[in-house]
Amino acid sequence: MKLLRVQLACELRVLARNGEQLLLILGIPMLLLSFFSNVDILPTADQSNVDFLLPGIIALAVMSTAMVSLGIATGFERSYLVLKRLGATPLGVPRLVLAKALSVLVVEIVQVILLVALAYAFGANLGALNLAKLVLAIALGTLAFSGIGLSLAGRLRGEVNLAAQNALYLVMLLVGGIVFPLQDLPSWLQWVGRITPSGALADVMRDVFSATSTYGASPLVILLGWAIVAQLSAFKLFRWN
Amino acid sequence: MSSALNTYTSVGLSVSQLVIKYGDVTAVNHVSFTAQPGRVTVILGPNGAGKTSTIEACEGFLSPTAGSVQVLGLHPLLQRKQLNRQMGIMLQEGGIYPSARVGELVKQYCALYGNGVDADTLVTRVGLQAVATTTYRRLSGGEKQRLSLALALAALPKIIFLDEPTSGIDVNGRDLVRSIIRELRDGGCCVIVATHELDEAERIADDVLIFHRGNIVASGTLDELRSGREEIRFRSTSRVDLQSLSTTLGFTVEQTRQHEFTVAGTSDARVIVQLTDWAKANNVDIGDIGAGSQRLDDVFRRLTAESAS
Repeated sequence: MKLLRVQLACELRVLARNGEQLLLILGIPMLLLSFFSNVDILPTADQSNVDFLLPGIIALAVMSTAMVSLGIATGFERSYLVLKRLGATPLGVPRLVLAKALSVLVVEIVQVILLVALAYAFGANLGALNLAKLVLAIALGTLAFSGIGLSLAGRLRGEVNLAAQNALYLVMLLVGGIVFPLQDLPSWLQWVGRITPSGALADVMRDVFSATSTYGASPLVILLGWAIVAQLSAFKLFRWN
Repeated sequence: MSSALNTYTSVGLSVSQLVIKYGDVTAVNHVSFTAQPGRVTVILGPNGAGKTSTIEACEGFLSPTAGSVQVLGLHPLLQRKQLNRQMGIMLQEGGIYPSARVGELVKQYCALYGNGVDADTLVTRVGLQAVATTTYRRLSGGEKQRLSLALALAALPKIIFLDEPTSGIDVNGRDLVRSIIRELRDGGCCVIVATHELDEAERIADDVLIFHRGNIVASGTLDELRSGREEIRFRSTSRVDLQSLSTTLGFTVEQTRQHEFTVAGTSDARVIVQLTDWAKANNVDIGDIGAGSQRLDDVFRRLTAESAS
Protein backbone atom coordinates (compact mmCIF):
# COMPACT_ATOMS: atom_id res chain seq x y z
CA MET A 1 0.00 0.00 0.00
CA LYS A 2 2.86 2.36 0.87
CA LEU A 3 4.58 1.77 -2.48
CA LEU A 4 1.31 2.42 -4.31
CA ARG A 5 0.84 5.66 -2.38
CA VAL A 6 4.41 6.77 -3.15
CA GLN A 7 4.01 6.09 -6.87
CA LEU A 8 0.54 7.67 -7.06
CA ALA A 9 1.92 10.83 -5.43
CA CYS A 10 4.73 10.84 -8.01
CA GLU A 11 2.29 10.41 -10.93
CA LEU A 12 0.12 13.29 -9.70
CA ARG A 13 3.15 15.49 -9.01
CA VAL A 14 4.53 14.96 -12.51
CA LEU A 15 1.09 15.68 -14.01
CA ALA A 16 0.62 18.84 -11.94
CA ARG A 17 3.95 20.20 -13.25
CA ASN A 18 3.03 19.63 -16.87
CA GLY A 19 1.34 22.78 -18.13
CA GLU A 20 0.39 21.28 -21.50
CA GLN A 21 -1.33 18.34 -19.85
CA LEU A 22 -3.24 20.62 -17.49
CA LEU A 23 -4.38 22.71 -20.44
CA LEU A 24 -5.55 19.55 -22.18
CA ILE A 25 -7.38 17.92 -19.30
CA LEU A 26 -8.83 21.00 -17.59
CA GLY A 27 -8.27 24.11 -19.70
CA ILE A 28 -9.77 22.99 -23.02
CA PRO A 29 -12.91 21.26 -21.64
CA MET A 30 -13.69 24.20 -19.34
CA LEU A 31 -13.01 26.74 -22.08
CA LEU A 32 -15.26 24.92 -24.57
CA LEU A 33 -18.03 24.58 -22.00
CA SER A 34 -17.78 28.25 -21.00
CA PHE A 35 -17.59 29.60 -24.55
CA PHE A 36 -20.31 27.55 -26.25
CA SER A 37 -22.64 27.78 -23.25
CA ASN A 38 -22.61 31.55 -23.48
CA VAL A 39 -22.37 32.12 -27.23
CA ASP A 40 -25.52 31.03 -29.01
CA ILE A 41 -24.12 29.50 -32.20
CA LEU A 42 -24.85 25.80 -31.70
CA PRO A 43 -27.90 24.16 -33.34
CA THR A 44 -29.12 22.56 -30.10
CA ALA A 45 -32.83 22.42 -31.00
CA ASP A 46 -35.02 22.66 -27.88
CA GLN A 47 -32.15 22.18 -25.38
CA SER A 48 -30.18 24.97 -23.75
CA ASN A 49 -26.57 25.21 -24.91
CA VAL A 50 -25.15 24.15 -21.57
CA ASP A 51 -27.53 21.16 -21.22
CA PHE A 52 -26.49 19.97 -24.68
CA LEU A 53 -22.78 20.56 -24.08
CA LEU A 54 -22.18 19.17 -20.60
CA PRO A 55 -22.44 15.42 -21.47
CA GLY A 56 -20.19 15.78 -24.51
CA ILE A 57 -17.64 17.88 -22.63
CA ILE A 58 -17.47 15.25 -19.85
CA ALA A 59 -16.86 12.65 -22.57
CA LEU A 60 -14.13 14.92 -23.97
CA ALA A 61 -12.58 15.27 -20.51
CA VAL A 62 -12.49 11.49 -20.07
CA MET A 63 -10.88 11.13 -23.50
CA SER A 64 -8.32 13.87 -22.71
CA THR A 65 -7.26 12.25 -19.46
CA ALA A 66 -7.50 8.53 -20.16
CA MET A 67 -6.21 8.56 -23.74
CA VAL A 68 -4.18 11.66 -24.57
CA SER A 69 -2.70 12.62 -21.21
CA LEU A 70 -2.01 9.06 -20.07
CA GLY A 71 -0.82 8.01 -23.53
CA ILE A 72 1.56 10.93 -24.06
CA ALA A 73 3.00 10.77 -20.54
CA THR A 74 3.48 7.00 -20.70
CA GLY A 75 5.00 7.23 -24.19
CA PHE A 76 7.61 9.72 -23.00
CA GLU A 77 8.26 7.74 -19.82
CA ARG A 78 8.93 4.75 -22.05
CA SER A 79 11.26 6.80 -24.29
CA TYR A 80 13.08 8.28 -21.28
CA LEU A 81 13.48 4.75 -19.81
CA VAL A 82 11.55 5.81 -16.69
CA LEU A 83 9.41 2.67 -16.91
CA LYS A 84 12.50 0.51 -17.35
CA ARG A 85 14.17 2.04 -14.28
CA LEU A 86 11.02 1.67 -12.18
CA GLY A 87 10.86 -1.95 -13.33
CA ALA A 88 14.03 -2.60 -11.34
CA THR A 89 12.53 -1.36 -8.06
CA PRO A 90 10.25 -3.33 -5.72
CA LEU A 91 7.27 -1.36 -7.12
CA GLY A 92 6.33 -4.04 -9.67
CA VAL A 93 4.18 -3.78 -12.77
CA PRO A 94 0.74 -4.29 -11.12
CA ARG A 95 1.31 -1.45 -8.65
CA LEU A 96 2.69 0.83 -11.38
CA VAL A 97 -0.38 0.19 -13.57
CA LEU A 98 -2.68 0.66 -10.58
CA ALA A 99 -0.96 3.94 -9.65
CA LYS A 100 -1.48 5.20 -13.20
CA ALA A 101 -5.13 4.07 -13.17
CA LEU A 102 -5.75 5.80 -9.83
CA SER A 103 -4.09 9.00 -11.04
CA VAL A 104 -6.47 8.99 -14.04
CA LEU A 105 -9.39 8.39 -11.68
CA VAL A 106 -8.38 11.24 -9.36
CA VAL A 107 -8.09 13.63 -12.32
CA GLU A 108 -11.45 12.51 -13.73
CA ILE A 109 -13.19 13.10 -10.40
CA VAL A 110 -11.72 16.62 -10.29
CA GLN A 111 -12.73 17.19 -13.92
CA VAL A 112 -16.34 16.06 -13.40
CA ILE A 113 -16.75 18.12 -10.22
CA LEU A 114 -15.37 21.25 -11.90
CA LEU A 115 -17.33 20.79 -15.13
CA VAL A 116 -20.64 20.04 -13.39
CA ALA A 117 -20.12 23.01 -11.06
CA LEU A 118 -19.32 25.27 -14.01
CA ALA A 119 -22.34 23.99 -15.96
CA TYR A 120 -24.56 24.51 -12.93
CA ALA A 121 -23.29 28.09 -12.71
CA PHE A 122 -24.31 28.54 -16.37
CA GLY A 123 -27.81 27.29 -15.56
CA ALA A 124 -27.61 23.59 -16.44
CA ASN A 125 -30.52 21.39 -15.39
CA LEU A 126 -29.02 18.54 -13.37
CA GLY A 127 -32.29 17.17 -12.00
CA ALA A 128 -32.25 13.99 -14.10
CA LEU A 129 -28.59 13.10 -13.44
CA ASN A 130 -28.18 9.32 -13.03
CA LEU A 131 -25.08 8.98 -10.86
CA ALA A 132 -24.71 5.21 -11.17
CA LYS A 133 -24.85 5.43 -14.95
CA LEU A 134 -22.37 8.32 -14.88
CA VAL A 135 -19.89 6.17 -12.96
CA LEU A 136 -20.45 3.25 -15.37
CA ALA A 137 -20.00 5.51 -18.41
CA ILE A 138 -16.79 7.02 -17.04
CA ALA A 139 -15.45 3.56 -16.14
CA LEU A 140 -16.13 2.12 -19.62
CA GLY A 141 -14.89 5.27 -21.33
CA THR A 142 -11.71 5.20 -19.27
CA LEU A 143 -11.08 1.56 -20.15
CA ALA A 144 -11.67 2.21 -23.85
CA PHE A 145 -9.58 5.38 -24.10
CA SER A 146 -6.74 4.20 -21.88
CA GLY A 147 -6.51 1.05 -23.98
CA ILE A 148 -6.20 3.11 -27.15
CA GLY A 149 -3.73 5.53 -25.57
CA LEU A 150 -1.50 2.79 -24.18
CA SER A 151 -1.59 0.83 -27.45
CA LEU A 152 -0.09 3.84 -29.23
CA ALA A 153 2.27 4.72 -26.36
CA GLY A 154 3.53 1.17 -26.14
CA ARG A 155 4.76 1.02 -29.71
CA LEU A 156 5.48 4.50 -31.07
CA ARG A 157 8.46 6.74 -30.37
CA GLY A 158 7.76 9.60 -27.94
CA GLU A 159 7.34 12.37 -30.52
CA VAL A 160 5.40 10.22 -33.00
CA ASN A 161 3.13 9.06 -30.19
CA LEU A 162 2.53 12.70 -29.17
CA ALA A 163 1.47 13.62 -32.70
CA ALA A 164 -0.69 10.49 -33.09
CA GLN A 165 -2.51 11.02 -29.78
CA ASN A 166 -3.26 14.67 -30.59
CA ALA A 167 -4.44 13.85 -34.11
CA LEU A 168 -6.74 11.11 -32.82
CA TYR A 169 -8.06 13.48 -30.14
CA LEU A 170 -8.94 16.07 -32.77
CA VAL A 171 -10.66 13.52 -35.05
CA MET A 172 -12.69 12.06 -32.17
CA LEU A 173 -13.60 15.55 -30.98
CA LEU A 174 -14.90 16.45 -34.44
CA VAL A 175 -16.79 13.28 -35.35
CA GLY A 176 -17.97 12.28 -31.85
CA GLY A 177 -20.81 14.80 -31.56
CA ILE A 178 -19.14 16.45 -28.61
CA VAL A 179 -19.58 20.15 -29.34
CA PHE A 180 -22.30 19.93 -31.99
CA PRO A 181 -25.11 17.43 -32.58
CA LEU A 182 -24.26 14.36 -34.68
CA GLN A 183 -27.58 14.65 -36.56
CA ASP A 184 -26.27 17.81 -38.22
CA LEU A 185 -23.49 15.81 -39.92
CA PRO A 186 -23.90 13.90 -43.24
CA SER A 187 -25.57 10.55 -42.61
CA TRP A 188 -22.46 8.44 -43.33
CA LEU A 189 -20.46 10.59 -40.90
CA GLN A 190 -23.19 10.25 -38.29
CA TRP A 191 -22.80 6.46 -38.57
CA VAL A 192 -19.01 6.74 -38.24
CA GLY A 193 -19.39 9.12 -35.30
CA ARG A 194 -21.73 6.83 -33.42
CA ILE A 195 -19.35 3.89 -33.55
CA THR A 196 -16.30 5.87 -32.38
CA PRO A 197 -15.61 5.60 -28.65
CA SER A 198 -16.03 9.38 -28.27
CA GLY A 199 -19.40 9.30 -30.06
CA ALA A 200 -20.60 6.31 -28.05
CA LEU A 201 -19.47 7.87 -24.76
CA ALA A 202 -21.10 11.21 -25.63
CA ASP A 203 -24.39 9.40 -26.42
CA VAL A 204 -24.25 7.46 -23.14
CA MET A 205 -23.48 10.69 -21.27
CA ARG A 206 -26.50 12.40 -22.83
CA ASP A 207 -28.70 9.61 -21.45
CA VAL A 208 -26.98 10.03 -18.06
CA PHE A 209 -28.23 13.62 -17.87
CA SER A 210 -31.65 12.95 -19.41
CA ALA A 211 -34.86 11.69 -17.78
CA THR A 212 -35.62 9.55 -20.83
CA SER A 213 -33.27 7.34 -22.83
CA THR A 214 -32.85 8.67 -26.37
CA TYR A 215 -30.19 6.27 -27.55
CA GLY A 216 -31.15 2.95 -25.89
CA ALA A 217 -28.53 0.34 -25.05
CA SER A 218 -26.57 0.49 -28.31
CA PRO A 219 -24.01 3.22 -27.36
CA LEU A 220 -23.33 1.39 -24.09
CA VAL A 221 -22.75 -1.86 -26.01
CA ILE A 222 -20.45 -0.06 -28.49
CA LEU A 223 -18.52 1.48 -25.61
CA LEU A 224 -18.23 -1.88 -23.86
CA GLY A 225 -16.92 -3.36 -27.12
CA TRP A 226 -14.31 -0.60 -27.39
CA ALA A 227 -13.31 -1.13 -23.75
CA ILE A 228 -12.66 -4.84 -24.32
CA VAL A 229 -10.92 -4.49 -27.70
CA ALA A 230 -8.75 -1.54 -26.61
CA GLN A 231 -7.61 -3.22 -23.39
CA LEU A 232 -6.76 -6.43 -25.27
CA SER A 233 -4.89 -4.36 -27.83
CA ALA A 234 -2.90 -2.56 -25.11
CA PHE A 235 -2.09 -5.86 -23.45
CA LYS A 236 -0.78 -7.22 -26.75
CA LEU A 237 1.00 -4.13 -28.08
CA PHE A 238 2.42 -2.43 -25.01
CA ARG A 239 6.18 -2.64 -24.50
CA TRP A 240 7.81 -1.32 -21.31
CA ASN A 241 11.06 -0.32 -23.04
CA MET B 1 25.73 4.62 4.92
CA SER B 2 28.55 2.09 5.04
CA SER B 3 27.53 0.84 8.47
CA ALA B 4 24.31 -0.46 6.97
CA LEU B 5 26.14 -2.28 4.19
CA ASN B 6 27.28 -5.14 6.28
CA THR B 7 25.13 -8.21 5.69
CA TYR B 8 25.89 -9.98 2.44
CA THR B 9 25.48 -13.40 0.97
CA SER B 10 28.56 -15.29 -0.24
CA VAL B 11 27.10 -15.50 -3.76
CA GLY B 12 27.58 -12.58 -6.10
CA LEU B 13 26.96 -13.04 -9.77
CA SER B 14 27.23 -16.21 -11.79
CA VAL B 15 26.84 -16.24 -15.58
CA SER B 16 27.03 -19.52 -17.43
CA GLN B 17 27.15 -20.05 -21.19
CA LEU B 18 25.11 -16.89 -21.77
CA VAL B 19 23.91 -16.32 -25.32
CA ILE B 20 21.93 -13.24 -26.40
CA LYS B 21 20.74 -12.87 -29.96
CA TYR B 22 18.86 -10.04 -31.65
CA GLY B 23 17.41 -11.68 -34.72
CA ASP B 24 20.38 -13.07 -36.62
CA VAL B 25 22.91 -10.98 -34.69
CA THR B 26 24.66 -12.64 -31.77
CA ALA B 27 25.44 -9.96 -29.21
CA VAL B 28 26.74 -12.31 -26.52
CA ASN B 29 28.22 -15.66 -27.43
CA HIS B 30 28.50 -18.37 -24.74
CA VAL B 31 29.91 -16.11 -22.05
CA SER B 32 30.66 -17.49 -18.58
CA PHE B 33 32.07 -15.68 -15.55
CA THR B 34 31.53 -15.06 -11.86
CA ALA B 35 31.78 -11.93 -9.73
CA GLN B 36 32.37 -11.98 -5.98
CA PRO B 37 30.93 -9.86 -3.18
CA GLY B 38 33.41 -7.34 -1.78
CA ARG B 39 35.14 -6.92 -5.15
CA VAL B 40 34.79 -4.53 -8.07
CA THR B 41 34.43 -6.42 -11.33
CA VAL B 42 34.88 -4.24 -14.38
CA ILE B 43 33.46 -5.32 -17.72
CA LEU B 44 35.54 -3.63 -20.39
CA GLY B 45 34.91 -3.49 -24.07
CA PRO B 46 34.35 -1.22 -27.04
CA ASN B 47 30.82 -0.22 -28.08
CA GLY B 48 28.90 -3.24 -29.35
CA ALA B 49 31.10 -5.73 -27.46
CA GLY B 50 28.13 -7.20 -25.57
CA LYS B 51 28.69 -5.48 -22.19
CA THR B 52 25.31 -3.80 -21.87
CA SER B 53 23.42 -6.86 -23.18
CA THR B 54 25.16 -9.02 -20.58
CA ILE B 55 24.40 -6.56 -17.79
CA GLU B 56 20.78 -6.22 -18.89
CA ALA B 57 20.37 -10.00 -18.77
CA CYS B 58 21.75 -9.93 -15.22
CA GLU B 59 19.38 -7.10 -14.25
CA GLY B 60 16.39 -9.01 -15.61
CA PHE B 61 15.67 -6.64 -18.49
CA LEU B 62 16.59 -9.20 -21.15
CA SER B 63 15.66 -12.81 -21.49
CA PRO B 64 18.75 -14.79 -22.57
CA THR B 65 18.55 -16.79 -25.78
CA ALA B 66 20.47 -19.55 -23.99
CA GLY B 67 22.48 -20.07 -20.83
CA SER B 68 21.78 -19.06 -17.27
CA VAL B 69 22.31 -16.14 -14.91
CA GLN B 70 22.17 -16.17 -11.11
CA VAL B 71 22.30 -12.89 -9.19
CA LEU B 72 22.72 -13.26 -5.42
CA GLY B 73 21.62 -16.84 -6.01
CA LEU B 74 18.37 -15.66 -7.61
CA HIS B 75 16.99 -15.96 -11.14
CA PRO B 76 16.73 -12.39 -12.49
CA LEU B 77 13.42 -13.00 -14.27
CA LEU B 78 11.66 -15.63 -12.16
CA GLN B 79 12.71 -14.17 -8.80
CA ARG B 80 12.70 -10.56 -9.84
CA LYS B 81 10.67 -9.38 -6.86
CA GLN B 82 13.18 -10.66 -4.28
CA LEU B 83 16.10 -9.48 -6.39
CA ASN B 84 14.80 -5.95 -6.95
CA ARG B 85 14.79 -5.30 -3.20
CA GLN B 86 18.56 -5.77 -2.95
CA MET B 87 19.90 -4.82 -6.39
CA GLY B 88 21.01 -1.33 -7.36
CA ILE B 89 21.19 -0.36 -11.00
CA MET B 90 22.50 2.67 -12.81
CA LEU B 91 21.43 2.86 -16.44
CA GLN B 92 23.84 4.21 -19.02
CA GLU B 93 21.48 7.15 -19.51
CA GLY B 94 17.95 8.31 -18.75
CA GLY B 95 15.51 6.49 -16.49
CA ILE B 96 14.26 9.66 -14.80
CA TYR B 97 11.25 11.97 -15.27
CA PRO B 98 12.68 15.21 -16.74
CA SER B 99 10.36 17.31 -14.56
CA ALA B 100 11.22 15.50 -11.30
CA ARG B 101 13.27 17.34 -8.69
CA VAL B 102 16.43 15.77 -7.32
CA GLY B 103 15.37 15.64 -3.65
CA GLU B 104 11.89 14.30 -4.22
CA LEU B 105 13.14 11.70 -6.68
CA VAL B 106 15.70 10.34 -4.23
CA LYS B 107 13.00 10.36 -1.55
CA GLN B 108 10.66 8.43 -3.88
CA TYR B 109 13.28 5.75 -4.60
CA CYS B 110 14.27 5.43 -0.93
CA ALA B 111 10.59 4.88 -0.13
CA LEU B 112 10.14 2.38 -2.98
CA TYR B 113 13.11 0.29 -1.81
CA GLY B 114 12.14 0.68 1.84
CA ASN B 115 15.60 -0.30 3.09
CA GLY B 116 15.96 2.55 5.55
CA VAL B 117 18.25 4.79 3.50
CA ASP B 118 17.81 8.45 4.44
CA ALA B 119 17.13 10.50 1.33
CA ASP B 120 18.72 13.74 2.55
CA THR B 121 21.90 11.93 3.60
CA LEU B 122 22.07 10.22 0.22
CA VAL B 123 21.63 13.50 -1.68
CA THR B 124 24.51 14.95 0.33
CA ARG B 125 26.63 11.80 -0.17
CA VAL B 126 26.50 12.20 -3.95
CA GLY B 127 27.16 15.92 -3.70
CA LEU B 128 23.80 17.12 -5.01
CA GLN B 129 22.55 19.05 -1.96
CA ALA B 130 22.99 22.37 -3.82
CA VAL B 131 20.65 21.20 -6.59
CA ALA B 132 18.17 19.26 -4.43
CA THR B 133 15.24 21.35 -5.67
CA THR B 134 16.40 21.46 -9.30
CA THR B 135 14.57 19.43 -11.93
CA TYR B 136 16.41 16.62 -13.72
CA ARG B 137 16.26 18.39 -17.08
CA ARG B 138 18.26 21.34 -15.69
CA LEU B 139 21.11 19.24 -14.29
CA SER B 140 24.53 19.02 -15.94
CA GLY B 141 25.66 15.70 -17.42
CA GLY B 142 27.75 14.92 -14.36
CA GLU B 143 24.94 15.77 -11.94
CA LYS B 144 22.58 13.50 -13.87
CA GLN B 145 25.08 10.66 -13.52
CA ARG B 146 25.43 11.26 -9.78
CA LEU B 147 21.64 11.34 -9.37
CA SER B 148 21.38 8.05 -11.22
CA LEU B 149 24.02 6.64 -8.86
CA ALA B 150 22.03 7.92 -5.87
CA LEU B 151 18.94 6.04 -7.08
CA ALA B 152 21.01 2.87 -7.28
CA LEU B 153 22.31 3.46 -3.75
CA ALA B 154 18.76 3.94 -2.47
CA ALA B 155 18.43 0.15 -2.69
CA LEU B 156 21.17 -0.31 -0.06
CA PRO B 157 22.39 -2.84 -2.60
CA LYS B 158 24.02 -6.20 -2.06
CA ILE B 159 24.85 -6.13 -5.75
CA ILE B 160 25.09 -3.02 -7.90
CA PHE B 161 25.35 -2.69 -11.70
CA LEU B 162 26.88 0.57 -12.87
CA ASP B 163 26.83 1.21 -16.60
CA GLU B 164 29.45 3.84 -17.55
CA PRO B 165 29.24 5.49 -14.09
CA THR B 166 31.84 8.21 -14.71
CA SER B 167 30.85 9.10 -18.23
CA GLY B 168 30.54 12.89 -18.59
CA ILE B 169 31.62 13.57 -15.00
CA ASP B 170 34.31 16.11 -14.11
CA VAL B 171 37.45 15.26 -12.12
CA ASN B 172 35.96 15.94 -8.67
CA GLY B 173 32.83 14.05 -9.56
CA ARG B 174 34.90 11.08 -10.70
CA ASP B 175 36.76 11.05 -7.39
CA LEU B 176 33.42 11.02 -5.58
CA VAL B 177 32.06 8.15 -7.67
CA ARG B 178 35.27 6.16 -7.14
CA SER B 179 35.11 6.71 -3.39
CA ILE B 180 31.50 5.49 -3.33
CA ILE B 181 32.45 2.42 -5.35
CA ARG B 182 35.27 1.65 -2.90
CA GLU B 183 32.91 2.17 0.03
CA LEU B 184 30.42 -0.28 -1.47
CA ARG B 185 33.17 -2.82 -2.11
CA ASP B 186 34.60 -2.46 1.39
CA GLY B 187 31.11 -2.94 2.80
CA GLY B 188 30.89 -6.29 0.99
CA CYS B 189 28.75 -5.29 -2.00
CA CYS B 190 29.31 -7.07 -5.31
CA VAL B 191 30.09 -4.15 -7.65
CA ILE B 192 29.80 -4.67 -11.41
CA VAL B 193 30.94 -1.78 -13.60
CA ALA B 194 30.62 -1.70 -17.37
CA THR B 195 32.81 0.85 -19.07
CA HIS B 196 34.88 1.52 -22.13
CA GLU B 197 37.12 3.94 -20.20
CA LEU B 198 40.34 2.05 -19.60
CA ASP B 199 41.84 4.60 -17.22
CA GLU B 200 38.77 4.34 -15.06
CA ALA B 201 38.92 0.56 -15.03
CA GLU B 202 42.57 0.70 -14.02
CA ARG B 203 41.68 2.89 -11.02
CA ILE B 204 38.75 0.92 -9.61
CA ALA B 205 38.95 -2.68 -10.79
CA ASP B 206 39.78 -5.70 -8.67
CA ASP B 207 38.81 -8.06 -11.47
CA VAL B 208 38.55 -7.32 -15.17
CA LEU B 209 36.61 -9.00 -17.96
CA ILE B 210 37.46 -7.86 -21.46
CA PHE B 211 34.62 -8.28 -23.92
CA HIS B 212 35.09 -8.19 -27.66
CA ARG B 213 32.47 -9.06 -30.27
CA GLY B 214 30.28 -10.89 -27.77
CA ASN B 215 33.07 -12.97 -26.26
CA ILE B 216 35.27 -12.65 -23.20
CA VAL B 217 38.79 -12.41 -24.60
CA ALA B 218 40.50 -12.10 -21.21
CA SER B 219 39.63 -12.18 -17.53
CA GLY B 220 41.50 -11.94 -14.27
CA THR B 221 42.90 -9.42 -11.83
CA LEU B 222 44.65 -6.36 -13.21
CA ASP B 223 48.04 -7.81 -12.27
CA GLU B 224 47.23 -11.10 -13.96
CA LEU B 225 46.25 -9.35 -17.17
CA ARG B 226 49.39 -7.24 -17.20
CA SER B 227 51.88 -9.84 -16.01
CA GLY B 228 54.59 -11.03 -18.40
CA ARG B 229 54.10 -7.94 -20.52
CA GLU B 230 56.94 -5.63 -19.53
CA GLU B 231 57.60 -2.52 -21.58
CA ILE B 232 59.50 0.75 -21.71
CA ARG B 233 57.46 3.80 -22.65
CA PHE B 234 58.73 7.15 -23.87
CA ARG B 235 57.56 10.28 -25.63
CA SER B 236 59.15 12.04 -28.57
CA THR B 237 58.10 14.84 -30.86
CA SER B 238 60.95 14.03 -33.25
CA ARG B 239 60.76 11.58 -36.13
CA VAL B 240 61.77 8.18 -34.71
CA ASP B 241 63.22 5.56 -37.05
CA LEU B 242 61.46 2.56 -35.51
CA GLN B 243 63.41 -0.02 -37.51
CA SER B 244 66.80 1.42 -36.56
CA LEU B 245 65.85 1.73 -32.90
CA SER B 246 64.40 -1.81 -32.80
CA THR B 247 67.61 -3.21 -34.29
CA THR B 248 69.76 -1.27 -31.81
CA LEU B 249 67.77 -2.34 -28.74
CA GLY B 250 66.99 -5.90 -29.86
CA PHE B 251 63.30 -5.36 -28.98
CA THR B 252 60.35 -4.26 -31.09
CA VAL B 253 59.60 -0.54 -30.84
CA GLU B 254 56.07 0.61 -31.69
CA GLN B 255 54.32 3.95 -31.84
CA THR B 256 51.17 3.59 -29.67
CA ARG B 257 49.78 7.11 -30.01
CA GLN B 258 50.88 10.46 -31.39
CA HIS B 259 54.36 11.14 -29.87
CA GLU B 260 54.13 8.00 -27.68
CA PHE B 261 56.28 4.90 -28.19
CA THR B 262 56.82 1.58 -26.42
CA VAL B 263 59.66 -0.90 -26.39
CA ALA B 264 57.79 -4.20 -25.97
CA GLY B 265 59.01 -7.11 -23.88
CA THR B 266 61.46 -5.49 -21.45
CA SER B 267 61.76 -2.99 -18.61
CA ASP B 268 65.50 -3.55 -18.17
CA ALA B 269 67.49 -0.45 -17.09
CA ARG B 270 70.29 -1.35 -19.51
CA VAL B 271 67.89 -1.06 -22.43
CA ILE B 272 66.86 2.37 -21.17
CA VAL B 273 70.51 3.43 -21.26
CA GLN B 274 70.79 2.06 -24.81
CA LEU B 275 67.66 4.01 -25.73
CA THR B 276 68.98 7.34 -24.43
CA ASP B 277 72.38 6.72 -26.12
CA TRP B 278 70.64 6.03 -29.43
CA ALA B 279 68.52 9.18 -29.07
CA LYS B 280 71.60 11.31 -28.38
CA ALA B 281 73.51 9.80 -31.30
CA ASN B 282 70.60 10.32 -33.70
CA ASN B 283 69.67 13.78 -32.42
CA VAL B 284 66.20 12.61 -31.32
CA ASP B 285 64.53 14.33 -28.36
CA ILE B 286 62.94 11.87 -25.97
CA GLY B 287 61.30 12.30 -22.55
CA ASP B 288 58.83 10.88 -20.02
CA ILE B 289 60.65 7.57 -20.01
CA GLY B 290 58.89 4.93 -17.89
CA ALA B 291 59.18 1.20 -17.49
CA GLY B 292 57.02 -1.54 -16.00
CA SER B 293 54.02 -3.71 -16.71
CA GLN B 294 51.95 -2.97 -19.75
CA ARG B 295 49.16 -0.48 -19.17
CA LEU B 296 45.60 -1.75 -19.33
CA ASP B 297 44.90 0.11 -22.54
CA ASP B 298 47.83 -1.62 -24.23
CA VAL B 299 46.64 -4.98 -22.89
CA PHE B 300 43.18 -4.18 -24.18
CA ARG B 301 44.46 -3.09 -27.60
CA ARG B 302 46.56 -6.22 -27.93
CA LEU B 303 43.78 -8.59 -26.86
CA THR B 304 41.09 -7.07 -29.04
CA ALA B 305 43.50 -7.00 -32.01
CA GLU B 306 44.33 -10.68 -31.45
CA SER B 307 40.65 -11.50 -31.16
CA ALA B 308 39.84 -9.60 -34.38
CA SER B 309 42.53 -11.44 -36.33
